[in-house]
Amino acid sequence: MKTASRIFTALVFIFLFAPIAILIIFSFNDAKSLSVFSGFSLRWYRELIYDDATLESVRNTLILALSATVISTVMGTAAAVGINRLRNKWIKSAINTVTDIPMTNPDIITGISLMLMFVFFGRMFGRSDSLSFTTMLLSHVTFCLPYVILQVLPKLRQMDPSLPEAAQDLGCTPVRAFFKATIPEIMPGVITGAIMAFTMSLDDFVISYFTSGAGFQTLPVRIYNMTKKTVTPKMYALATIIFFVILTMLLISNFADEDASEKRKIKRDNRKALKK
Amino acid sequence: MKTKGKPVWGLLGPYTLWAAVFIVVPLIFVAYYAFTDNSFTFTFDNLLRFFNDKSQMGDTEVRTYMLIFWRSLKLAVISTVICLLLGYPLAYIMSRASDRSQKIMMTLLMIPMWMNFLIRTYAWMTILQDTGLLNGMLTRLGLGNVHIIGTEGAVVIGMVYDYLPYMVLPIYSVMAKLDIRLIEAARDLGCNNYGVLKRVIFPLSMPGVLSGINMVLIPSVSTFYISQKLGNGKFFLIGDAIEGQYVANNLHFAAAMAFILMIILLVMMALIKKFTNNMAYGGEEI
Repeated sequence: MKTASRIFTALVFIFLFAPIAILIIFSFNDAKSLSVFSGFSLRWYRELIYDDATLESVRNTLILALSATVISTVMGTAAAVGINRLRNKWIKSAINTVTDIPMTNPDIITGISLMLMFVFFGRMFGRSDSLSFTTMLLSHVTFCLPYVILQVLPKLRQMDPSLPEAAQDLGCTPVRAFFKATIPEIMPGVITGAIMAFTMSLDDFVISYFTSGAGFQTLPVRIYNMTKKTVTPKMYALATIIFFVILTMLLISNFADEDASEKRKIKRDNRKALKK
Repeated sequence: MKTKGKPVWGLLGPYTLWAAVFIVVPLIFVAYYAFTDNSFTFTFDNLLRFFNDKSQMGDTEVRTYMLIFWRSLKLAVISTVICLLLGYPLAYIMSRASDRSQKIMMTLLMIPMWMNFLIRTYAWMTILQDTGLLNGMLTRLGLGNVHIIGTEGAVVIGMVYDYLPYMVLPIYSVMAKLDIRLIEAARDLGCNNYGVLKRVIFPLSMPGVLSGINMVLIPSVSTFYISQKLGNGKFFLIGDAIEGQYVANNLHFAAAMAFILMIILLVMMALIKKFTNNMAYGGEEI
């Protein structure tokens, strides 16, 4: 049984990583082919460096993701605190239902629906180029918000409500109590929410595709346009770089995690020792 | 009242306004476009077109969009079932592994999710092509050629590949939190391994299964890239149809299809929820 489950796990992960392995290998291909390897070269990485349009789309993606993350994290955290304070059950469930919509609806419907609205108002104001950076930013904030809210809300529910009250009793203004007592308690949720928003925005293709204009292209939209024609290993070179960036980030965060829990453990042990 | 005077709407106001304008109003626009023609006068034509448009396929006349819709549904259901059959055991194995292996497997599952799915799907195309890597390998082994690209099977492979992690993660997170004492109790009361799986683990993991099905079925029904690349454009799915109408600037018909898709998915999800709830709580009689 043990061996059977090992083999099964290995096969699934081979299935998941086969195409990634192949795109890494062929990014170093000397020839233009994506299926015949004819020799090692860094040619496609060199070409990537000189591909201004692609590099600009990478920059666009990062600017968009950062802006969407900041806006959705601030607004979403405030919304979560507000939802948590709501006493009216009916309003609460109405807001929760609406918050669920972008997560349960297929991306294509979210994209189409936003596009229709932008195009409609664009026409109303006599503009045919209504899709732009602004429409993309509005869309990205919209689909990021629910992830932030859903990460922050549980932290608020776990928090002891008497904490900010105690702060106020000790002389804090409500606003100061919020920043001194509530925010530090819910910070882990806020950070997870922000990371999720950032990655969702970075990786989104479908909604960006429908709401992007000619002037502003993100990387996924650019890749889509590139794969319509024949693809060169240049794109694989880009994917390989992305792969190693992600891998490094995940390894660092894992190490940081272990390091932090290790430190916490030492602190706890020290405290115990002091008490004795 | 403790809560009196707390500024609820000062905090919630911006989001409520945002959600109304960018979540609710756009959906109203989908319905509005679906039920109007190019001059924005009321019509049922777009919806009727979805059900009635016919085209020639070989010798037989078929209803174009109905055919596309059933194909999307069929392929999505097949992919979801395969994801469940692969993902459930994997989630179970993960949840039973040591802490360290659990962490490693989680990381491995998340890496593909963070890489652009367009490039990964494209890589599958080069593997599955008639002159691609898989066939090259098979020929070298003397096993002959297989024709995969441009078949429905290739589209299913692409869907399973892209969405498998979304099935594993929710099931795993439920299983990892499962109270180990329940399993011990079942053992003490005479359950063997199979009994524990059937009577304890399976019913308790149902919420994870439900959200896994949600997270795989919905994107695979509505995908529009996988079928274009791995199906060679021969197997149009509903997502391709919507995208095609968008590109052709037939926004009203695109909206009509989006509207129908949304309604059908809502009904389907409600049915699946009811079904899994039955399995979890009202399930089997002893």
